[in-house]
Amino acid sequence: MADQVRLSKVALSADFARRVEELSGQSPYRCYQCGKCGAGCPFAEYMDLLPSQVLRLVQIGDERVLDAGAPWSCASCLACEVRCPRGVDIAKVMEAVRLLSLRKGRTPFAVDEAASRRLPQIALVGITRKMTP
Amino acid sequence: MNTILYYPGCGVADQARSMEKGAREALTALDWEMQEMSRWNCCGTVYSLATDDLMRHVGPARVLARAQDAGQERLLTLCSMCYSTLKRSEQFLTADRERLDRVNAFLDDEPDYRGGLRVVHLLELLRDEIGYEAVQERVVRPLQGLKVAPYYGCTLTRPRAAGVDDPERPTVLEDLLTALGAEAVATAERVECCGAYLTASSPDVARRRAVDIARAAIAGGAELMITSCPLCQYNLDTRLAEARGSSDLRVPSVYFTQLLALALGGDPAVEEHEIDPLPVLAARGLSVEVKA
Repeated sequence: MADQVRLSKVALSADFARRVEELSGQSPYRCYQCGKCGAGCPFAEYMDLLPSQVLRLVQIGDERVLDAGAPWSCASCLACEVRCPRGVDIAKVMEAVRLLSLRKGRTPFAVDEAASRRLPQIALVGITRKMTP
Repeated sequence: MNTILYYPGCGVADQARSMEKGAREALTALDWEMQEMSRWNCCGTVYSLATDDLMRHVGPARVLARAQDAGQERLLTLCSMCYSTLKRSEQFLTADRERLDRVNAFLDDEPDYRGGLRVVHLLELLRDEIGYEAVQERVVRPLQGLKVAPYYGCTLTRPRAAGVDDPERPTVLEDLLTALGAEAVATAERVECCGAYLTASSPDVARRRAVDIARAAIAGGAELMITSCPLCQYNLDTRLAEARGSSDLRVPSVYFTQLLALALGGDPAVEEHEIDPLPVLAARGLSVEVKA
């Protein structure tokens, strides 16, 4: 077993990386994986992938990022955006991944009904906008 | 009396009325009047981050076009989210003639938006035009001894190009508190997001964020927090009160406009809170009546 080399059979797609780039207006290749975005993200502890890992999957064109939970824990708070040493607006990349996921018919968000009683309109409008492809 | 055209937004017009009442009271004391737009719609609450959905700029564009049609060069907002969404849309549209034309094509029953309207947050008006020194001169009930943690949240200062202050080291709220005679307390969480609209999908995340923010405020010695956004206020009040194990973290929050009104001798319009701010105020000799 120790001698075996495992090769991944995951299909990678340069087109996917280009779609994210076009939709976000951000080049994912600017990211050099320093991890500062995830280090300061108030929601990183709820994410299955760190923001830098989301960017890495986009860079290599791995569409499995569309099934990740991380973009749905992002509140577009822009803490990463003001801190990124490479000037990547990561929230826009997260938005592009969310939109591509929604446009494939996925709906990972749900409004928690018990929590939505007495919610301010801005919370309801905000979440509805984020669920709209 | 100076006047400025004012956009309330849906939060301020409903559940955050105390934010507006405080602002009106305070501005009256400063010889300013907010004139509500005769017609307005929701700003959209969240700025569109994608390049291909121009449609989402139509809502903000309608607001901007109406303000301009009313002969104004600027528009005042109180809510940080409205401020950010309107300001960023304004910058996005004004930067590109083609985009602006396409959005205007959808405003067929409205005057066109010509670009260039200045979206102003109340804190900018207070700091840059009225001036904190003038505010200080009008203080009749100094908030002596009151230890307040400013909570900035996100959209007041981020992104940098559409913020009222430095996104990492803002002072606009601290400086206001100082002018009012209060003691501004620095906290580690003051610019970290409260969870925003995730409060609708993941209320537990919002509860845990509120707990972290309250814990940081208490660690800094604060007895009260101030906010500039109805959604921050909701999360720091309702979600904090609901959080398990938060009984020793019950730091009340009010809008900055309410403290401003109080210090300037007006009614701070304190309404029902989950975490009542009145005991903290009363302990500093600032008794306030709650109106039903």
